[in-house]
Amino acid sequence: MDTFVQEVLEAYQRDKTRLMDILIDIQAQFGYIPPAVVGQIAEALQVSRVDVEQTLSFYHFFSTTPRGEYAIYLNNSVVANMMGRAKIAKTFEDELGCKFGEVTPDGKVGLFETACIGMSDQEPAALINGVVFPNLTPFRVREIVRDIKAGKSPEEMLTASYGDGQNSSPLIKAVVQNHIYKKGPVLSDDYQPGEALKKIVQMTPEAVIEEVKASNLRGRGGAGFPTGLKWEFCRKFPSKQRYIFCNADEGEPGTFKDRVILTERAQLLLEGMAIAGYAVGATQGILYVRYEYKYLQKHLEEMIRIGHEKGYLGQNIGGKEGFDFDVRIQFGAGAYVCGEESALIESAEGKRGEPRDRPPFPVEKGYLDQPTVVNNVETLCSVVKIILNGGSWYRSFGTEASTGTKVLSVSGDCRYPGIYEVEWGFSVNDILDMVGADVEDVQAVQVGGPSGACIGPDEFDRILCYADLATGGSMIIFNHRRDLLREVILNFTNFFIEESCGSCVPCRMLSVIMRDKLLKILNGHGVYQDLIDLEEWGKIMKANRCGLGQTAPRPILTSLKNFRHLYEERLQDKDFDSGFDLEAAIKDACEATQRTPHLHKPERQETAYENELVGAIGDLL
Amino acid sequence: MSKPVVATTSLAGCFGCHMSILDIDERILDLIELVEFDKSPINDIKTFSRECDIGLIEGGCCNSENVEVLRDFRKHCKTLILVGECAIMGGLPALRNNIPIKECLEEAYLNSPSVTENEERIIPNDDELPIILNKVYPCQEIVKIDYYLPGCPPRADLIWETLVALIEGRKPKLDYELIKYD
Repeated sequence: MDTFVQEVLEAYQRDKTRLMDILIDIQAQFGYIPPAVVGQIAEALQVSRVDVEQTLSFYHFFSTTPRGEYAIYLNNSVVANMMGRAKIAKTFEDELGCKFGEVTPDGKVGLFETACIGMSDQEPAALINGVVFPNLTPFRVREIVRDIKAGKSPEEMLTASYGDGQNSSPLIKAVVQNHIYKKGPVLSDDYQPGEALKKIVQMTPEAVIEEVKASNLRGRGGAGFPTGLKWEFCRKFPSKQRYIFCNADEGEPGTFKDRVILTERAQLLLEGMAIAGYAVGATQGILYVRYEYKYLQKHLEEMIRIGHEKGYLGQNIGGKEGFDFDVRIQFGAGAYVCGEESALIESAEGKRGEPRDRPPFPVEKGYLDQPTVVNNVETLCSVVKIILNGGSWYRSFGTEASTGTKVLSVSGDCRYPGIYEVEWGFSVNDILDMVGADVEDVQAVQVGGPSGACIGPDEFDRILCYADLATGGSMIIFNHRRDLLREVILNFTNFFIEESCGSCVPCRMLSVIMRDKLLKILNGHGVYQDLIDLEEWGKIMKANRCGLGQTAPRPILTSLKNFRHLYEERLQDKDFDSGFDLEAAIKDACEATQRTPHLHKPERQETAYENELVGAIGDLL
Repeated sequence: MSKPVVATTSLAGCFGCHMSILDIDERILDLIELVEFDKSPINDIKTFSRECDIGLIEGGCCNSENVEVLRDFRKHCKTLILVGECAIMGGLPALRNNIPIKECLEEAYLNSPSVTENEERIIPNDDELPIILNKVYPCQEIVKIDYYLPGCPPRADLIWETLVALIEGRKPKLDYELIKYD
């Protein structure tokens, strides 16, 4: 054990900013991070044990106890549930004889829940030692468990053919499908690696930024900050070193477009990063990929190697003296909040993924305190096409204020869940038609994932654009069979509670209080005041530091606005009901002390009081 | 017109809030001119003898007796006011809320180093004893509450101003100093 850990530590030059990589390698080797190793790491990196532990405890794919030779992570997202996750979960539990959150007594198999793994178009899906198992059925689960018992490796357990496109390349070999139904500039097959780089070396960095500004491209992660402006801020901030980050930590439930772009257009992405590097004057790029996509690692490394071989990465790119740019991959370890740019940077520095206070913004003080640009995968891909065809060409797509295209990840109740690259300006109705949804039967569409908005049919004519319905790309469709509050809103709210980093009080506490309020309503104890409380308390969530905390109440707030009747029909016709159940509240203590409760029933209590009162008056007389 | 009637109680609290009530100093003489007290630790009346106008609650609910007393207060008081952090949020007693009750009891009566004389290893279970709840509940999670006075404890001046304003039927004047907590 010691030797392996030493080798890992040496491989990362005992650099404490590479703690994530160190922990990922050790977790992969042993199936957990043994306590003794924590001390060893701390000593080698010359940090305290607590420094290692706080990173270790933050990410949900790290563990201090063994997770089993086969660590099974079954997605628990809304879409997974809609596609029959309950049966899958039960079959796993029955076949393995252990519950979720546990490891079988022989230490062989661990069963765990995990948030959306980016496979919403092929749910229910699970990760087993990092290998993706999509489209699970109870039958398939029994096969998998049988194979596990026979000692097969996860790779040997795959039975379907490898997926389309690069999914079947020898470096990926995944049974994942791309499901690309509509292509545009980003996904277009018409792409020659290196062409855009040849073009920019003839331009000044300022001219490159001007071209991107002229395209009016805005960040595709969801927030929509103008890309050219971000680059300019970074370039103008004085510093010797700057960094380009590509944010491929897509964790918004229902989003999977970056998975497809990383699979099919990795070269395009790397070229976009190099262009960004040239424009802002950065020589180092970091591609931050969520742990769930670790099965793409060899493929991405090969793409970087090819980039070096062909001269798109490395020294003197495009023959231009001093245009140096290299990319390294940084994997996450299971934390949605790391999609927030400053949390992403913290994570890449080997720390807990807690968002930073801003200002200073990352363009001034980012990775290792140097000016840093963090761009979404899709943004960087779009840049390449903007350089090749010009900003005014790009503006010919979309609307005036929201130019270009958006790659949508569509899932839920429709015939063709998958990837659709559409121009901004489509209405929700247009998209429902395109994806084969039975429009008459659609109850609601969640636009932009849990942090977006839940809208109903009377708003399906709304337009996808930054001014109206902004989205990071996730669209989940729900038909009338779905219990919107119990199956969807509750799941989303639980997701935010689970993923909160815990730093800001409203996010840590109020999300839970609001969830409990929702449960109270769902359990038949709701009164009208509860709806007012939810609305009022939701406003307080604006005080949180980052986007996660600020948007965490949105599932409840947007459904309360657009589907108020679903709440109202569950309310009771009285002023107050706390939902408090005394019998339930004393159950644990009665069991612990072996007591039988003698509770006063409310009616009896009244008589008792009266008797007491009569007694008291009698005494006085 | 008869004087308004006030009742007070301390549930899972430390009596610090009652101390803060007494901290109104010489105004206590004005207070007894203004109101009458019914059930309260201040006069040691144990049970309600009449309907009250104002109930002041200190502390949250940690056992079944607290719940009964609180419900009794709700039944007998027109206006119910929570006084202090514990009543409103559970306060210090709620620190146990993340630990299963069985573990808490075992730590307190069986396993803690300070346990020296419990050879039969009994966790107190006499029927006379109130039953501990699975967690400490803030009062508004059990009955409807009308007003909240935050603080640990709330300042005497805040309690005084609120009571007087309520009796005089006006809005309290909550100067910054009264609701400042650092």
